[in-house]
Amino acid sequence: MEVVLTKKTSRLFRNPTLIIGLFLCMIIATIIFAGSLISTHDPFEIDMGNRLQASSSTHWFGTDQLGRDVFSRIVYGAKITVGLGLFAIILSVLIGVPIGLVSGYVGGKIDAVFMRIIDGILSFPDVILAIAIAGILGPSLTNIIIAIILVRWIVYARVVRGLVLAEKEKEYVLVSKVSYSSTFKTIRMHLLPQVMPDIIVMAAIDVGKVILLISALSYIGLGAQPPIPEWGAMLNEGRAYFQVIPSLMIYPGLAIMLTVLGCNLLGDGLKNHFDIRKGREYM
Amino acid sequence: MRRVLSIIGSRLIQLIIMVLVLSFVTFLLMKITPGDPIRAILKVDDVASTTVDEEKLRKEYGFDEPILSQYSNWLLNVAQLDLGESVISKKPVFELISDRLPATVSLAIGGLIVLFIIAIPLGVIGAVYEDRWPDYISRFIAMIGASIPSFWLGLLLIYFFSLQLNLLPVMGKGSFVHYILPSVTLGIAMAPIYIRLLRERLISTLQSPYIEAAKARGLRKERVLFFHALRGSLIPLVTMFGLSIGSLLGGIMVIEILFSWPGMGDLIVQAVLQRDYPVIQGYILIIGILVVMTNLLVDLLYLLINPQIKQGKEVV
Repeated sequence: MEVVLTKKTSRLFRNPTLIIGLFLCMIIATIIFAGSLISTHDPFEIDMGNRLQASSSTHWFGTDQLGRDVFSRIVYGAKITVGLGLFAIILSVLIGVPIGLVSGYVGGKIDAVFMRIIDGILSFPDVILAIAIAGILGPSLTNIIIAIILVRWIVYARVVRGLVLAEKEKEYVLVSKVSYSSTFKTIRMHLLPQVMPDIIVMAAIDVGKVILLISALSYIGLGAQPPIPEWGAMLNEGRAYFQVIPSLMIYPGLAIMLTVLGCNLLGDGLKNHFDIRKGREYM
Repeated sequence: MRRVLSIIGSRLIQLIIMVLVLSFVTFLLMKITPGDPIRAILKVDDVASTTVDEEKLRKEYGFDEPILSQYSNWLLNVAQLDLGESVISKKPVFELISDRLPATVSLAIGGLIVLFIIAIPLGVIGAVYEDRWPDYISRFIAMIGASIPSFWLGLLLIYFFSLQLNLLPVMGKGSFVHYILPSVTLGIAMAPIYIRLLRERLISTLQSPYIEAAKARGLRKERVLFFHALRGSLIPLVTMFGLSIGSLLGGIMVIEILFSWPGMGDLIVQAVLQRDYPVIQGYILIIGILVVMTNLLVDLLYLLINPQIKQGKEVV
């Protein structure tokens, strides 16, 4: 076991993409979990005497149009933007993966019906669906998350189904089948471990994508509503003041970019680490 | 010919299923949600409303009928290209959307041009110099491009090129210069996935026997690259375009809002904020049709480029 472990660790350190990705993600995780220790001010506290300040020793990233501390708002916003992105993807995985496993392995009518539904919904852009749901249920963060999960679970189900279709004719699965293992056991013991690396890679990259989507929709006013310090919503709120105080525009955007970069690097690094064949693109 | 017909047939079936499912789900959701369009209209008119007014309007829009008959009425009208009228501006939805469509399509074309200008050189460089520093730079650019929020990139471009340097107009749609910033933003936002795909395909094409054969015949390196390898590697990009048309349309919307571009994005966001249900529904329908039609076109184009492709296999 120890030998395997050291072998794995040494491989890990020859993978700079993964290292940088892990590093960025760990910083963000720290910000999320230790937010209240890091932030210097109350993110919601309005101080009209100190509005639109540039960066200083008291306000590291300056203040916004209501005198709120931008640094503290970004720290607090990590919980919202990144936390919700993670939540949406975890839930999508939990729904999509089992359905994909069963549909691919059992096949037959269940699979046929399932694929029809998939083709219909998947060809539809997730942004537009999110807008449709925001339009129907009203613009809010919750509704955006619902919309994302509605589309995303299908993507996982589809990818997993495809992987299972490729695996299930292989000998080890057939052996398990003829040795009177139950369907559930075969899926859990043999197929799930096979698809796990793909799911992890896909999920890492997807968290970044979902963060981009949440912040973009909040920016155009269909997601988080003020005064929630969601990063996209912060950019939206400060829109009119960018020319006066560019820092109002720089920091929330930078926060989004670095987080998404962290997710993408982590996903890419893991892809190399798990040695998933090149060219498999996740949509 | 039979293959062409079967492709068209399966796409049409897909279109019908998608339109039915989507429209029914949106229809149902609209009916069960608390927001009331009739109240919204009365609020816009800004007069004290009575229950009598409310009942009258409800009848006028047919909102008092059972859901299924409302739905079948709507479907019947759609079949006649009648998407109803906006409850806010009272204009026909079809007209509202078709007025905005050209602006969106022209921006999409602008974005695609920028996309190709960016993606082809970077993809080729990445493949030719595989695992050397030009490749690392190309991959780094693709990675940053995939991580940067498009609206923030647009804001930065506006800040530097319009506000600081005063070179380009901030927003609106008029002459050619108005196209530059939105198209560049859109192109950069879409490019990363194409850069990576082109690089990977080109690398594997460059190792294939027919390229070796071309080299062995003594053809010049550049000629082999541009006339043989690149042409073969462009086919997957066409498929990718079909797959990503949805995210393209979604991405355009955000960029339209950012640059006050008078396209469909602006229309739909206003409609969402005002709960203008007929417009939202019409928009979803039109987007759905656009997506399926583009995919149909891609399928046919694919067949044209390479007739040997097995269409019986699942197109991933």
